[in-house]
Amino acid sequence: MSAFDDTFDGDHSLFRSRCACGRHRSIVEHDQASLSLRCEPAANPEQRYQGIVASAVLRAMFPNGATRRGFLKSVGASTALAAISQFFPLKTATEAFADTGAPEKKDLKVGFIPITCATPIIMAAPLGFYAKHGLNVEVVKTAGWAVVRDKTINKEYDASHMLAPMPIAISLGLGAQAIPFAVPAIENVNGQGITLAIKHKDKRNPADWKGMKFAIPFDYSMHNYLLRYYLAEHGLDPDADVQLRSVPPPEMVANLRADNIDGFLAPDNICQRAIYDGVGFMHVLSKEIWDGHPCCSFAASRDFITTSPNSFAALTRAIIDATAYASKAENRKQIAEAIAPANYVNAPVTVLEQVLTGTYADGLGGIKSDPKRVDFDPFPWQSFAVWMLTQMKRWGQIKGDVDYRSIAEQVYLATETRKTMAEMGLAPPAISYKSFSVMGKTFDPARPDDYLSSFKIRKSA
Amino acid sequence: MRAMTFSLRLRAAVVSLVLFLGFIGVWHIATRESGTVAGMSPEYARLMGATATQGKSAMPGPLDVGAKLWEHLRRPFYDNGPNDKGLGIQLGYSIARVGLGYLLAVFVAIPLGFLTGMSPLISRALDPFIQVLKPISPLAWMPLALYTIKDSSLSAIFVIFICSVWPMLLNTAFGVASVRKEWINVARTLEVGTFRRAFTIILPAAAPTILTGMRISIGIAWLVIVAAEMLVGGTGIGYFVWNEWNNLSITNVIIAILLIGIVGMLLDQILARFTRMVTFPE
Repeated sequence: MSAFDDTFDGDHSLFRSRCACGRHRSIVEHDQASLSLRCEPAANPEQRYQGIVASAVLRAMFPNGATRRGFLKSVGASTALAAISQFFPLKTATEAFADTGAPEKKDLKVGFIPITCATPIIMAAPLGFYAKHGLNVEVVKTAGWAVVRDKTINKEYDASHMLAPMPIAISLGLGAQAIPFAVPAIENVNGQGITLAIKHKDKRNPADWKGMKFAIPFDYSMHNYLLRYYLAEHGLDPDADVQLRSVPPPEMVANLRADNIDGFLAPDNICQRAIYDGVGFMHVLSKEIWDGHPCCSFAASRDFITTSPNSFAALTRAIIDATAYASKAENRKQIAEAIAPANYVNAPVTVLEQVLTGTYADGLGGIKSDPKRVDFDPFPWQSFAVWMLTQMKRWGQIKGDVDYRSIAEQVYLATETRKTMAEMGLAPPAISYKSFSVMGKTFDPARPDDYLSSFKIRKSA
Repeated sequence: MRAMTFSLRLRAAVVSLVLFLGFIGVWHIATRESGTVAGMSPEYARLMGATATQGKSAMPGPLDVGAKLWEHLRRPFYDNGPNDKGLGIQLGYSIARVGLGYLLAVFVAIPLGFLTGMSPLISRALDPFIQVLKPISPLAWMPLALYTIKDSSLSAIFVIFICSVWPMLLNTAFGVASVRKEWINVARTLEVGTFRRAFTIILPAAAPTILTGMRISIGIAWLVIVAAEMLVGGTGIGYFVWNEWNNLSITNVIIAILLIGIVGMLLDQILARFTRMVTFPE
């Protein structure tokens, strides 16, 4: 069941169903849903919380999904709501629920890199998600990952958009002084891609890529690990057979045009921008390497979390709220327009729309459609962190024994986020570790060392 | 004589204008669209940019730049939030940063330069440090500054300070040391005190050299601020260049380059005027 399902839908299928957004049984149902309260952004927090409280009460009354559905079908959702409010003080409960601690600090600064991965962080400003949770947040565009890291460590930013492995690397003191950081929410899943220069349009087999130069945004990035993984699965040693360069995303397109690199595994809108400008084509989406992989995260220092717990909680709620909104396909066009101006991503709306709606030009004259090209799901799975640690070890970024679980649990705040999501009326997963498959190979988070030793191509320790 | 200089000026202006028009003309021709690229379905073309669909050069033509420049000049002080401000505001931030760092450098470099110029002992003692520190690229200080100062705008100001301090220091020391010995000796004979000697004889005598140093420094400071702001971001004309580079908007980058040039020239002219004010005939 998706985290953003609604208990108050009598027609809600108890089985996994598919539509454009993947949450409804049919397109008709999907369209209807978008008109009703639940898929729309709640006009105000009270309305939202009312829904949450009512939903919780209903769940308690009818713990069995099938019975609940039967009840709702027979009387209708609005009648059910009215009936419940007869004997349960929904209004009082809602007020009590919405009454969270006042933030210690209202004016916050959050840093971001202008890419679509940061969509929830960015859109929360123009679409009012921060304000809704009682915060006055200034989102500040930043020049590169190292600068984001330094500015967050220096407390110029209260929290930041970071690549998912960065908070782990900072907490471990890799490439920086060791400072405990934490991740309350994943920004986006999928949404990256391998883009190659047009001249390589006939070299689609990675085995032919020997000697090519690729750009990645940062050493501690999913991009680095995914590209290395992809190359290694095709028999290339990323350290010996190709050249990998850290290049700030905006410079990637210019470098591709200038023929300095042959391709890149980059965050989107950069991939789509290369296509838009006619210099590259989409080889594979990162989704085809690992469907559902995390990319960027929302991170804050432990210090900020302990000194301003209420501000941090409000910030987390705002981000989760924005992520939930962004996860709905019908909102994506509006989001593309909201984040395109120079104050935010600063990119053509067409490019952002292609990324967010998933209907895109592939650079070779074809139009492809994949609504899950980029998706948004805030839950910080600790198994994601464990996977990243295995890859850090695989490529020599960390040496010696690694206590995977304890690091993952310190940095990825799955327990706290689960609580917050439940309070917000969302349905977070009950577990923090899940197994997933990367290019057809299953990863078992309980046995990271076995997974690691199963790879033939790796940096020799 | 006057008529001749006038005609020379006029002729120079004509040549300048011809060069300018020639440059614009070549630029315009070089960046023309090469016509529609064949073989693209309309739906596909809708998703692509003008460079891909119309064979438009990635380089904007002079007309694009002119139109965009006019747009910026019409509203130089708009403020659309922390990451998007008008060019006037951005230039203001850059000038303020340069001003602060530069003034700090003046307060440190000129007294220190005086001291080194007047005392051969200190001059020799400081020499190795100055020689080593002087050639360091100011931007090389940036990571160290960010790490220790822990504030990006202060770091930018520090970088301006460190790059503008050396030319001033060296020029002041040189100017002070090469004040004519006769003048100093006359002052000694008249039993003028050290302070009075420094302020009434050495300072005016060394002033032209000191100001030359200051003029070199302001030029370097202005060169460095653009690079520093591209690194730390936030505000300033350097950030503007970076932000537009992000969007591959070469038009805006060219406009920024033009404005950086004009402001740099103005700063230089101001210092040149000061230099003329203190210059004396020997």
